[in-house]
Amino acid sequence: MSLAAQDVSLALGGRAVLAGITARFAKGGVVAIVGPNGAGKSTLLSCLAGLLRPDSGAVTLDGAAITALSGPQRARRLAFLAQAPQIAWDVDVRAFVGLGRTPRLGAFGPSAEDHAAVEAALDVCDLNAFADRAVTQLSGGERARALIARGLAGETDWLLADEPLTGLDPGHALDALALFRRLAHDEGKGVLLTLHDLNLAARFADRILVLNEGRLVAEGAPDVALAPDILSSVYGVVVRRHAGERGPLIEVLGRAD
Amino acid sequence: MKLRSPATVSALLAALLVVLFLISLGAGRVWTPWSAWISGGADPRWAIVFGLRLPRTILAVLVGGALALGGAAMQGYTRNPLADPGALGVSTSAALGAVLTLYLGKAGEAAWVLPLAAMVGAGLGVAALLGLAGMTSSIVTFVLAGFVIQTVCGAGIALALNLAPNPWAVNEILNWTLGSLADRSIDEVRIAAPGVVVGGLLLLPLGRALDALTLGEQGARSLGVELARTRLLMALGVALAVGSSVAVTGVISFVGLIVPHLLRPLLGAKPSAVLAPSFLGGAALTLGADILVRLTPAASEVKLSVAMAMLGGPFFLAMLISMRRSLA
Repeated sequence: MSLAAQDVSLALGGRAVLAGITARFAKGGVVAIVGPNGAGKSTLLSCLAGLLRPDSGAVTLDGAAITALSGPQRARRLAFLAQAPQIAWDVDVRAFVGLGRTPRLGAFGPSAEDHAAVEAALDVCDLNAFADRAVTQLSGGERARALIARGLAGETDWLLADEPLTGLDPGHALDALALFRRLAHDEGKGVLLTLHDLNLAARFADRILVLNEGRLVAEGAPDVALAPDILSSVYGVVVRRHAGERGPLIEVLGRAD
Repeated sequence: MKLRSPATVSALLAALLVVLFLISLGAGRVWTPWSAWISGGADPRWAIVFGLRLPRTILAVLVGGALALGGAAMQGYTRNPLADPGALGVSTSAALGAVLTLYLGKAGEAAWVLPLAAMVGAGLGVAALLGLAGMTSSIVTFVLAGFVIQTVCGAGIALALNLAPNPWAVNEILNWTLGSLADRSIDEVRIAAPGVVVGGLLLLPLGRALDALTLGEQGARSLGVELARTRLLMALGVALAVGSSVAVTGVISFVGLIVPHLLRPLLGAKPSAVLAPSFLGGAALTLGADILVRLTPAASEVKLSVAMAMLGGPFFLAMLISMRRSLA
C-alpha cells in the first residue's frame, strides 16, 4: 500500500519545476513537504494526486500508474485539497463538504451513508455551528476547516493537502495537525502536506521532504531532514535549533550572507 | 436561507405548468369555452383549441424548458450566473445556421435541413464561447466572448437580409431574429421535440459534475470528474436543445438567464439543484409570457421574443448592478 514517485520531472512554461524526484510514501504516517517559495512543493503534490502528468517518470498508487486510473477510481482512494480553492457558488458548508462524496455517490444521489460521512466530517472539524452558513461568508480559518472536512468526507485512504494551514490561527492550526496525525496513526490513512511552518512540520510530521528548485535535497525524520546546514543552504538563512518542550525548535536568526 | 427540496419545487412548478397549459388552450382573441373542447369537432372552436393552440402550447413548454435548462447547464459549467443561450450568442449562432439554409435556398429540400443547420450553428456557438473564454471562469471574459459571438452572428444575419433575393426571403429571415410561437403547427412540434428531449437527457445527468465544478476545474478533477466528457456533453446537449428550439421559434433570449436566477433562492446555489426545476420553470415562464402576448390588445401580436427582451433586459441590468462589486 504505497504512493510513489519514480524519477518525476515536469517543466511548466519552459521552466523545470520538478527535476527527477523519487520518493515513496506509506500509509499510516504524516509526511510534510517543505521548501522555499517556488521549490515545486505544490506541483509535486499535484503530480502525486494524479492531477498533473509528469513529462517523464511516473507516479504509482499501489504499483499501478495513477494516470491509468479513471477519475472516480482515483478520487475514491485519494483526496486532494488545493490551497484556497475558488468557490464559485454560495453553497452552504454542508453542501460544500458533501462535494467530497462526489466520487462515491450512487445513481440516485446521496445515500444515508453519504449523509452520515458528511455529518461526521463536520463534527470532526468543529463545523456544526456553521453547517448552514454560506462557505463564501466564512472567515479564512473556518473556510480552511471546511476544506479539510470536505477531504475527510470522501473517506479516502490518502489525503493530500496543499498548505492546509493557510489562514488558521495557532489554536486551529494545532487542531488541524493533531487531526491529520490522528487520521494517519489511528485510522491508517496516508497524509501528505505541504507546509511553510518548519516548527509545526518538525513537531507533527513523521517524515519530512525538503525540496529546493525542483529537487529533493533531504528527507527523513524531522531531526535529520531539518538539520541546520540543510536549512541554511535551502532557505538562505542562518538557523539555530533548540530543544523545545515538544521537539526541535527552529529559530531563524537572519539571512545567510 | 430556507431551502426547499428540488422535488417539492418541481411538483409546484409542474402544477403551475398544468394550470397554464389549460389556460393557454383557452386563451386568445377567441376564448374557447369548455363545451367547445369536448365537442369533438362539432363546435368550430374545437379546431382552434386542438389545431392551433395545442401545438403552440406544447411548443412553448418544449422551447421554454430547453432554453432554461440550457441556461442552467451553461451557468453551472461556466460558474457564471449571467450565462444564457440567448444573451451569450448561442441562439443567434443557431439562427444564423437556419438563416443560411434559407438564404442558400436549401431549407426547402428536406424538413431536416434547417433544424440540423440550427443545431450545428448552436454547437459552433457553444464551442466558440468555450474556446474564446478559454478555461477561465472569469465572468467578464465570458460575457465579452458572448458579445463577440452575438455581434458576428448578428452581422451574418444582417448580411443575409441585406443580400436577400426577394421580399419573401427577407420576411422569412426576419422571423428567426424575432422569435415567436404564433402560427406554429404540430409539424414544428415534431421538429423540435427530438432535439429538446435528447439534449435534455444529455444535460440533466451533468448535475454532479457541475456541482464539483463549484471548486474550479482542478477541484472538479480532484473529485474524479472527467472534464473533457462533461464539456462535450454540455456542448452537445445545449446544441441539440437550443438549436432545435431556435429552428422552430427563432431567437428568444433571457429565459435561461431569468429562470435559474429566480429558482436559486428557493433551491440553493448548487448547480444540480436548479437543473430539472429550470426546465419546468422555463416552460412555465415562456407559456405564461406567450399567453400574455396573445392577450395584448394590439393591431398585430407582439412577438414573444420582444416581450421577453423587455422583461429580460432590465433583469439582466439588475443582476449586473447587484454583481458589480464582485466583478470589479
